[in-house]
Amino acid sequence: MTNSWVDIKNADLILVMGGNPAEAHPCGFKWVLEAKAKKKARLIVVDPRFTRTAAVADLYAPIRPGTDIAFLGGVVNYLLSNDKIQHDYVRNYTSAALLVREDTGFADGLFTGYDEAKRKYDKSTWNYQVDKDGIAKVDPTLQDPNCVFQRMKKHYDRYTPELVERTTGTPRASFLKICEAIAGTAVPERTMTSLYALGWTQHSVGSQNIRAIAIIQLLLGNMGMAGGGVNALRGHSNIQGLTDLGLLSHQLPGYLTLPTDDDPDLKTYLEKRTPKLLRPGQFNYWANYPKFFVSLMKTWYGAAATQANDFAYEWMPKIDGPYDVLRVMELMNQGKVNGYVCQGFNPLSSFPDKAKILAGLRKLKFLVTIDPLATETSEFWQNHGEFNDVDPSQIQTEVFRFPSSLFAEEDGSLVSSARWLQWHWKAAEPPAEARGDLEIVGELFLALKNLYAKEGGAFPDPILKLSWPYRIAKAPAADEVAREFNGQALADVPDPKNPGAFLVKQGEQVPGFAVLQADGSTACGCWIFAGCWPQAGNMMARRDASDPSGLGITPSWAWSWPANRRVLYNRASCNAEGVPYISTRKLVWWNGTRWVGNDVPDFKADSPPADGMNPFIMNGEGVARLWAPAMAEGPFPEHYEPFDAPLAKNPFGKVMSNPAARVFPDDWKAFGKPDEFPFVATTYRLTEHFHFWTKHARIPAILQPEAFVELPEGLARKKGIRNQDMVVVKSKRGQIRLKALVTKRMPTLTIEGKEVEVVGLPIHWGFIGQTRKGYITNTLTPPVGDANIQTPEYKAFLVNVEKA
Amino acid sequence: MALDSQDIRLRSATTMESAPSARSFRPEVAKLIDLSRCIGCKACQAACMEWNDLREQVGTFQGTYTNPLDLSDQSWTVMKFNETVIDGSLNWFIFKDGCMHCADPGCLKACPAPGAVVQYANGIVDFQQDNCIGCGYCITGCPFDIPRMRKEDGRVYKCTLCSDRVSVGLEPACIKSCPTQALTFGSKAEMKELAHHRLEDLHERGLAKAAVYDPPGVGGTHVFYVLPHGDRPETYGLPRDPSVGAVVTFWRSGVARALGVATMFGVLVAGILHYMRYGPLEVPDETEGNTGKEAQP
Repeated sequence: MTNSWVDIKNADLILVMGGNPAEAHPCGFKWVLEAKAKKKARLIVVDPRFTRTAAVADLYAPIRPGTDIAFLGGVVNYLLSNDKIQHDYVRNYTSAALLVREDTGFADGLFTGYDEAKRKYDKSTWNYQVDKDGIAKVDPTLQDPNCVFQRMKKHYDRYTPELVERTTGTPRASFLKICEAIAGTAVPERTMTSLYALGWTQHSVGSQNIRAIAIIQLLLGNMGMAGGGVNALRGHSNIQGLTDLGLLSHQLPGYLTLPTDDDPDLKTYLEKRTPKLLRPGQFNYWANYPKFFVSLMKTWYGAAATQANDFAYEWMPKIDGPYDVLRVMELMNQGKVNGYVCQGFNPLSSFPDKAKILAGLRKLKFLVTIDPLATETSEFWQNHGEFNDVDPSQIQTEVFRFPSSLFAEEDGSLVSSARWLQWHWKAAEPPAEARGDLEIVGELFLALKNLYAKEGGAFPDPILKLSWPYRIAKAPAADEVAREFNGQALADVPDPKNPGAFLVKQGEQVPGFAVLQADGSTACGCWIFAGCWPQAGNMMARRDASDPSGLGITPSWAWSWPANRRVLYNRASCNAEGVPYISTRKLVWWNGTRWVGNDVPDFKADSPPADGMNPFIMNGEGVARLWAPAMAEGPFPEHYEPFDAPLAKNPFGKVMSNPAARVFPDDWKAFGKPDEFPFVATTYRLTEHFHFWTKHARIPAILQPEAFVELPEGLARKKGIRNQDMVVVKSKRGQIRLKALVTKRMPTLTIEGKEVEVVGLPIHWGFIGQTRKGYITNTLTPPVGDANIQTPEYKAFLVNVEKA
Repeated sequence: MALDSQDIRLRSATTMESAPSARSFRPEVAKLIDLSRCIGCKACQAACMEWNDLREQVGTFQGTYTNPLDLSDQSWTVMKFNETVIDGSLNWFIFKDGCMHCADPGCLKACPAPGAVVQYANGIVDFQQDNCIGCGYCITGCPFDIPRMRKEDGRVYKCTLCSDRVSVGLEPACIKSCPTQALTFGSKAEMKELAHHRLEDLHERGLAKAAVYDPPGVGGTHVFYVLPHGDRPETYGLPRDPSVGAVVTFWRSGVARALGVATMFGVLVAGILHYMRYGPLEVPDETEGNTGKEAQP
């Protein structure tokens, strides 16, 4: 979230699209109802289904799964063609005025630079026009045909209400009503907040769905504002922490990236990742990348990381390509992965195309699962009748199960969607042989280290030299690890502005990332967490709910990264002169000498407004990117059909599906066609369950005991299916058998003149637990992901439904 | 849940004066269920099971989000889902079913077992299973169809409004678990004020028929609702105009009591007259040796 859960209460308009927070985030959803009750806020829900969120909405509109960019592009078009944008904001704080290269363009569904054989773009033409110093050129009048603003206008010209309706199935009247409501927040005094979740990310165009709402929020001037923002409601407790700590295959803690084969030395690695200034006078905060990286290496390798050995850069793995879950499963199927350690994860249930996952797991020599519960993955080799019809005698994989503790059985911190690090305390001992994850991994590491020490091995240094300073080596404690993430001064760090004084003394916990150094004098395990455990102690354990501003900032409740800041980009809540746009919702302001406020200013504290530094300090441009040249499939979001598409042709252009999405050669045959699979399906959670966990607990099992599929009345009529009938749902990947819930909540959509029905599939069931046994829903989902980060396309695919 | 006898205002099948309560001011409590804020998350249902140690069997899919399908001796509250089209647009009514804790409780009036149903000074209507004789009259007497018989012990159960929690100053478990403040708890007066405040917001949003459901036919209730579509209580699952049944009312009325007393008196007088006229009943000796067989014609 750019803002926070509590901040939702400040909004005038709440757009829920790509999520269902009443269902999946009921506790956070209270703030939506607070905004409605106390601020007369309106709630709009756009979703393929009339959800629990829709049940309390002021306005609901249906949409075909996988067509969000068509809808949002239509909103962009509406805002631009009706001049419903916040002009000051757009001109000053976005890239609208920057000029892009003349030779860049878009035609027939493709941006320039596409290589069909590689399914990849050469992005060089997507850059800005720059002068000899590399500074981007601008046209403040926004008239130049190559300025981002004009390019954007031209790109979204095609997204007319007619085409939006034909593609999304959203009735035009509803669409226009929603556009009008959204446009109402273009004035500085009113804000819209966007709440989304996996309904936007789990698509082959997932990242661009988010880009599309970001563009809208920037045009409306809603970023950085109390009651505004683009707010990702995370799918698991601490999944925010997972990304913060770099648990994706190509990342390092704090959104640093893993070196690749093309980065032979530290110099090359840092040069590529340290951005150049693109506009004069901007902060360009990522210029500090070397400080963050070197401090990380000092945490990992301590005294063994020295200036002389490039801070142990040589010991870092150099990744030769992505190792996301889809690729690992592909490699497993090819026999190239023979061991798999699976910690807090249930791939057989969670990953798309269960048959492919099962085939992969069968090829492993060994599988280790570290989990508090028996998972389907750990029992993939067992025959569970029709639900998991395997012959154990034909499976040679050796499976090790390490029972681990649950969150309530350990100390530690969780990072919420709002970027708050909240400490929690152990409430009970783990049962029987279960042990904490830190202990399990600690012991595993020490065993490996002993083997390397004894036997040498090809490359022992990365293991043998790893810093391991914990009180009990085989069981590092949560507080020790948390202190490492915060970071520590390894030498006195002099204050450059104040000779003789020090920013931090040797051995002290660092107060924040501003004191980190690239010379090895500081260690910090995750630069964005710096400040969570300074000298003063554990900030994450704070529980003071006082809220002096009344804006829900609660600065002394837990700790929020970065720097305890609650609303990102909050400098943009003020006009160019540093005066808040909304006098009743003041986050920060310029007091004549400094930036101060109710929140921690997201800005250089002593940079006066007259200096022209802009609010988006992480970008070399200093402004927010309406045009994003780093994206895999193009600088503007464009509508592409899901890989399992119900149409013969993309209504927006000649290219059917995301041209930059990765498809493994063997997987092309895994996609379905509408003649065989005429219905659009989408998967989701129910409020009664959390993923595949709570089916192990009696009460959630009572509240939602058995698998079902939601079918529109129209479809049920056509197929002669009645409520509670047993049905078979088939996709190109497989089939499942379950009971039908016939509902009015999924209207029949009209797409390109033909009727399209949407089928809804909750995901929670499996073959172990206290609920009735059921098929794994992901038997049906397709093995393709988003082009940028490979999040699988769980939310839009094709099925057929027959009475069983 | 047995409480201090001073707290009891009404007791089934018992004639009692008002409890001497001059020394303890006890405002009437109420739970307000604001259905415009309810998202059907079932946290209240789960919390009710947890606090009261209730566990249904794990059931099967019933063709709806409602699980289990109805109240039972193990489910004292159930979220009920209902898809309804009003003026061409779809609504998903989500309704929390459970005891209304009537000011004029039909269950208590119908109960023939002394002290099996009580009403506390704070308005909570509670079943005392120790005194229950399992006759089921309370089930018939309830205008909301709430009490449920437990087969295993032949006693009747329902929501206690967590009288055990309330008596020590806590809110009921369902209130504590509700994430959206669809459930709030306080004095009846405060809750009424809050409810009417909520109506203003709903009316402003175009829900012109939004209304408070606090039916006078049962003297008002200590669990009451804000209904976004107040003109359609039946669609939510609430009777439009509930009242304590005629039979129960008659039975508990002065007329019935007078009639009962008159009957008893009549029998007594008749007995005395009979005795005066015919003297005591004398059993002939041979009757003692009689067998059924011999008695047959």
